[in-house]
Amino acid sequence: MEVVAEPRRWMRNRSRGTSQVSRVSPALLLPGLTACLVVAIVFSVGVGAVSISPQQVLAIILNHLGVNLDVAYTAQQDAVVWSIRLPRVTLAVLVGSGLAVSGAALQGMFRNPLADPGLIGVSSGSALGAVIALGLGISWFGIATTPLFAFVGGVTTAVIAYSLARNNGRTEIVTLVLAGIALNTFAGAGTSMVTFVANDAQLRAIIFWSLGSLGSATWQSVAAAAPFVLLGLVASLRWGHPLNLMVLGEREARHLGIDTERMRMSVIVFAALMTGATVAVAGIIAFVGLIVPHLVRLVAGPDHRVLIPASALGGALLVVLADLVARNLVAPLELPLGVLTALIGGPFLLFLMLRTRRAQGGWG
Amino acid sequence: MNRITRRSVLIGSAAVALGLGSQRSVLAATLHDGPQQADPQLPVTVTDYDGNDVTIDDVSRIVPLSGDIAEIIWGLGLGDNIVGVDFSAVYPEELLDLPKIGVERNLNAEGILSLTPTVVIGKDAAGPPPVLEQVRGAGVPVVIIGEPQTIDAPVVKILATAEALGVPDNGEHLAAETQKSIDSAIALASQVEDRPRAIVLYLQQGGIQLVAGGGTVASAMLEAAGAIDTAVESRIMGYQPVTAEALVAAAPEIIVTQTLGVESVGGVEALQQIPGIAETPAAQSGRIYVYPDELLLGMTPRTGDQLMAMIADFHPELAEATPEASPSSETYSG
Repeated sequence: MEVVAEPRRWMRNRSRGTSQVSRVSPALLLPGLTACLVVAIVFSVGVGAVSISPQQVLAIILNHLGVNLDVAYTAQQDAVVWSIRLPRVTLAVLVGSGLAVSGAALQGMFRNPLADPGLIGVSSGSALGAVIALGLGISWFGIATTPLFAFVGGVTTAVIAYSLARNNGRTEIVTLVLAGIALNTFAGAGTSMVTFVANDAQLRAIIFWSLGSLGSATWQSVAAAAPFVLLGLVASLRWGHPLNLMVLGEREARHLGIDTERMRMSVIVFAALMTGATVAVAGIIAFVGLIVPHLVRLVAGPDHRVLIPASALGGALLVVLADLVARNLVAPLELPLGVLTALIGGPFLLFLMLRTRRAQGGWG
Repeated sequence: MNRITRRSVLIGSAAVALGLGSQRSVLAATLHDGPQQADPQLPVTVTDYDGNDVTIDDVSRIVPLSGDIAEIIWGLGLGDNIVGVDFSAVYPEELLDLPKIGVERNLNAEGILSLTPTVVIGKDAAGPPPVLEQVRGAGVPVVIIGEPQTIDAPVVKILATAEALGVPDNGEHLAAETQKSIDSAIALASQVEDRPRAIVLYLQQGGIQLVAGGGTVASAMLEAAGAIDTAVESRIMGYQPVTAEALVAAAPEIIVTQTLGVESVGGVEALQQIPGIAETPAAQSGRIYVYPDELLLGMTPRTGDQLMAMIADFHPELAEATPEASPSSETYSG
């Protein structure tokens, strides 16, 4: 019982803690984040190793939409904007929002500040699925095979972790975390095993995939990920109220009319969907699912009706900006995006931890 | 075989070694100075390893995707046209100052395009494939060359590169020179009676030790240098992780490895202490030979020289006969 009560105490502490900080009202936050995201996208499409003026960028995009501007640009510049930067930025938006919303919903649902798609095994399960498809040379569904396997792997591990943690109509958080650790280890071992038996060409495909950043973004990969992520985002819009009640405790939420079982399944399935889809096209991008919801809570408080959409916008913003830095800091070279988000995420988590301990005496 | 015949064989070999000694410097100079007048005949259309028909009409700005291809382009006399290289391009040293495009296996499209190349040329290991697709999409011809994992690799790569860049005659010339030096090395190695048992260890950071088994370039180098690859004896194919016990059981008299790998484990002496390696005859007699990565695994015009260096190390009886023709990995790489 202690085990279940502890995260709940954390949630209440967290909301009390942030109430001392001046909060941004949702009426300002959501439009503000949207505006920042639009600026970041415009900037990101406009800046890169190949120099292209803003007018040219605009002319290229409009030209593809059927509007001709009288601005001269080369075919190469056209290809860079339309075939490289735009799919890349679009994918960054999808990946960032999908991961951040998954993280926010999972943290709320499990009443645990550490819950993210990685913790309950979705990411490593997706990785295992993708590596199986690549390493055993399976191509039953054409180019959709790897994303599909990644998706199935992610959902499967999440469902296993969840069902292991269910007991007497309750979810035991510690069991869930331990199950997540065990499944992560298992999936990691499976990944290594497939890597071990793969031949050189397959190994190369696996390496390409696991190094995968947004650098390989094409309109095809955008098209592969978009339906899953958008589906999850649309579904998540209805999670705010039920999640707010579930923070009170599962039994309390049920008494207040929430079908908690259905809610849990829905969050897990859609989180696995979104995470699986992003991992399939972009590899594992660390910490976005973990830190973005915390960042949003810092400025907007714990209300899930704001937290979920704000995390979607914030996640997209973070990944677009991180990718902008990754590909411009050492151009023409490129930093790995996953490394960059982890570099920001690690210290940030420590900062959060220390700050909370100072304010409230920590989590015990 | 009696003592007299054996000696005459050795003297014969030594003569070949001496001859190669002088030829090596010619070839090295050839490579370094890029002496051939390159007069590319363009446009050229080639069907590359990926099956794409690629038309190249301008070789004024070349981006090679790996160090061996960069070295070959230099040897073809087009070194001044190289505008960017990957991190593995370390020879000739002029290439070190060029803008870097990353590592062969993890390229990014916009970085390559920002160098405004007129042609991009790499091997089948280059990628990720979507990145190459993006570069093609930007209208830059991308030529992919298949690399056989045999001692034929240098010549195959030279001819394919030369054809794609419109300098087939320079290619024929460089390929012939390269083949000659490789052939001489193989001829010398084949006269040696004693074929030592050797193994190639590919070391990576984090204590990962792979052995190069059958079907690898490294194994082909061992065989060509007149050694028996114990990994092939143990039926290992490709690069495989090796256990300490398997190494002891293989009992190689010679361990060959690459410079960067040895640095990552803290030097040859540290390598000799690693369990499994320490118990091999090679470690106990100190016969661990370290060669620069790009020479041991690169398969370039200098492969013949590298073979000579390995032959000299593997078969010290030759070096005794001709001290001045004993190339070591140290003196010759520059």
